[in-house]
Amino acid sequence: MYRYDEFDHAFVRERVDQFRDQVNRRVSGEITEDQFKPLRLMNGVYLQLHAYMLRVAVPYGTLSSRQMRKLAHIARVYDKGYGHFTTRQNIQYNWPKLVDTPTILSELAEVEMHAIQTSGNCIRNVTADHFAGVASDEVADPRPYAEILRQWSSIHPEFSFLPRKFKIALTGADRDRAAIQTHDIGLHLKRDDTGALGFAVYIGGGQGRTPMVAKKIRDFLPENELLAYTTAILRVYNLHGRRDNKYKARIKILVHETGTEELTAQIEAEWAKLKGGDLELPKKDIEAISAYFAMPDLPERSDGWALLAAEKRRDADFSAWVAQNVVAHKHPDYGIVTISLKPIGGIPGDASDEQMERVADIAESLSQDEIRVTHEQNLVLPHVALGDLREVYDRLVEAELATANNNLITDIIACPGLDYCALANARSIPIAQDISRRFGSPARQQQIGELKIKISGCINACGHHHVGHIGILGVEKKGAELYQLTLGGSADNETAIGEIVGRGFEPDKITDAVETVVETYLGLRDNADETFIETYRRVGAQPFKTALYGEPSKAA
Amino acid sequence: MSTLKALTANRLSDGIAVWLGADGGWHESLDEAFVARHEAAVSGLHDAEKVAALDNQVVDVAVIDVEEREGHLYALRLRERIRALGPTVRSDLGKQVEQSARDDDAIAA
Repeated sequence: MYRYDEFDHAFVRERVDQFRDQVNRRVSGEITEDQFKPLRLMNGVYLQLHAYMLRVAVPYGTLSSRQMRKLAHIARVYDKGYGHFTTRQNIQYNWPKLVDTPTILSELAEVEMHAIQTSGNCIRNVTADHFAGVASDEVADPRPYAEILRQWSSIHPEFSFLPRKFKIALTGADRDRAAIQTHDIGLHLKRDDTGALGFAVYIGGGQGRTPMVAKKIRDFLPENELLAYTTAILRVYNLHGRRDNKYKARIKILVHETGTEELTAQIEAEWAKLKGGDLELPKKDIEAISAYFAMPDLPERSDGWALLAAEKRRDADFSAWVAQNVVAHKHPDYGIVTISLKPIGGIPGDASDEQMERVADIAESLSQDEIRVTHEQNLVLPHVALGDLREVYDRLVEAELATANNNLITDIIACPGLDYCALANARSIPIAQDISRRFGSPARQQQIGELKIKISGCINACGHHHVGHIGILGVEKKGAELYQLTLGGSADNETAIGEIVGRGFEPDKITDAVETVVETYLGLRDNADETFIETYRRVGAQPFKTALYGEPSKAA
Repeated sequence: MSTLKALTANRLSDGIAVWLGADGGWHESLDEAFVARHEAAVSGLHDAEKVAALDNQVVDVAVIDVEEREGHLYALRLRERIRALGPTVRSDLGKQVEQSARDDDAIAA
């Protein structure tokens, strides 16, 4: 894992001191809210319905046990005993007092964490494949490049006041788990024919009120040109991105209005000026950063295979959890464990301080002291020996964290919605809970197979509804909540924006509508191995619309 | 009768939702809000809104629609009802906990 150097430490401490002074001046009345608001937002402090909210960055979703314990401590001491892991691989606290936030940030600085650039029109937390560095299908670990981008983008003077926020995601595997095509820049780390590392570069993806799938503008960018090329993209965007209308200010609109070809030409021209200059990454710098992310020295544990097989035979629940929540690690004696933060009927992404402590303890003793946060609002133990899976499982059961539903219908993404968020128009969490309870039976979930439901409480789409296989968008209509259903979205290699199927559903009808869609799928699929999204792509939206609204001639 | 109005905000120091009371102070319960029942009073609320936006007690000041129901004030928008009570998915958190304790006390009395 990356460790702060003296400059990082000094920089973060300085920012905390500045923010403490800013809060003091605001509370004493020396500065107005208009003056203060941009300052607090730059430090991740929002105001929501019930209280302030603090969003803490988890760079590319990687955490140590010590850091997780600090997150638990903050939840316990300064909040109400829990935190919410988000679709940006961050954590949000829902109840901090403004006057406590400088102290919270100071505590975070002790463990090399902060909340800088978790808000504002700047380059936000850089996200990455949550299985980075361990996935068996990976070409190379994208996190060293994510860290280089983090360092480069932190209070970058040229890019701190962009037309709008800017999100970068990376993957180093052919199978995209980081949803790179829904980001302002998506980077796919790969090797060319000579074995050299570089990136396929995508730009202009995004959700919100104008969802767009990113366009590939370069098939192979040599790794040492990463910062020069990213600077070229940001520079063109900073110059030409719209500032007249915040809803048209993201780079996706610039791509759309300028045209991919023309914009690519502008970026390449800008890059030509920068190429080979100061921004070229020296090989030794890439190697130095990469060393922080080297695979830990994992002892041979071939004994685990037989132990695991025996335990699976002995305990069907354990066997189901292994089948659903554990995937192959680069090392054959190890597995990658997904810890579901989606208990049946629970709040997606929430974890109590006690649960965070337990995860930290398990990671420390049984996962090389490492934890990941996924954009699907779960946690990951990246290095668990197969022979230790039973102990990990037992300890997760004790912590109520052993739900075997990874990638199943109850593994729902949901934004905080109107229960917390000042921007929301409708609640998201109760809908997720209701769907989770309806489909909670393990047998039914297994029968349905992989199905991603994503729920947002407003068009800003923090709950990624546009790319849900089944997407749900909450709106306010005539003072009441109403839920629009979209189908066929996905955030994988074949990223697609879901189609709105028809009129919306009242809160007490939306779970029935989801069930209708699911039953229709089960009736249409070719065989039990054809997933929902595969069936949808084969048959299209119409059979689902007919099931929901009747024959086309009768549909309202 | 025109819609009843109240003035709400979040307290600067901790962000907690508050409502302007008849005594000119900010209170933590919607039931303690001053209710503007006619045009002159509503105009007074808007004046108070402008003044409050400039001081260092509260932020995000807004006039909201309310009505009286069974001895309590009831916000017409769901958003405001959630602000007045707390998250609907965590009945153990927020103002609903105190509200429920007060109701229990009243029933016991």
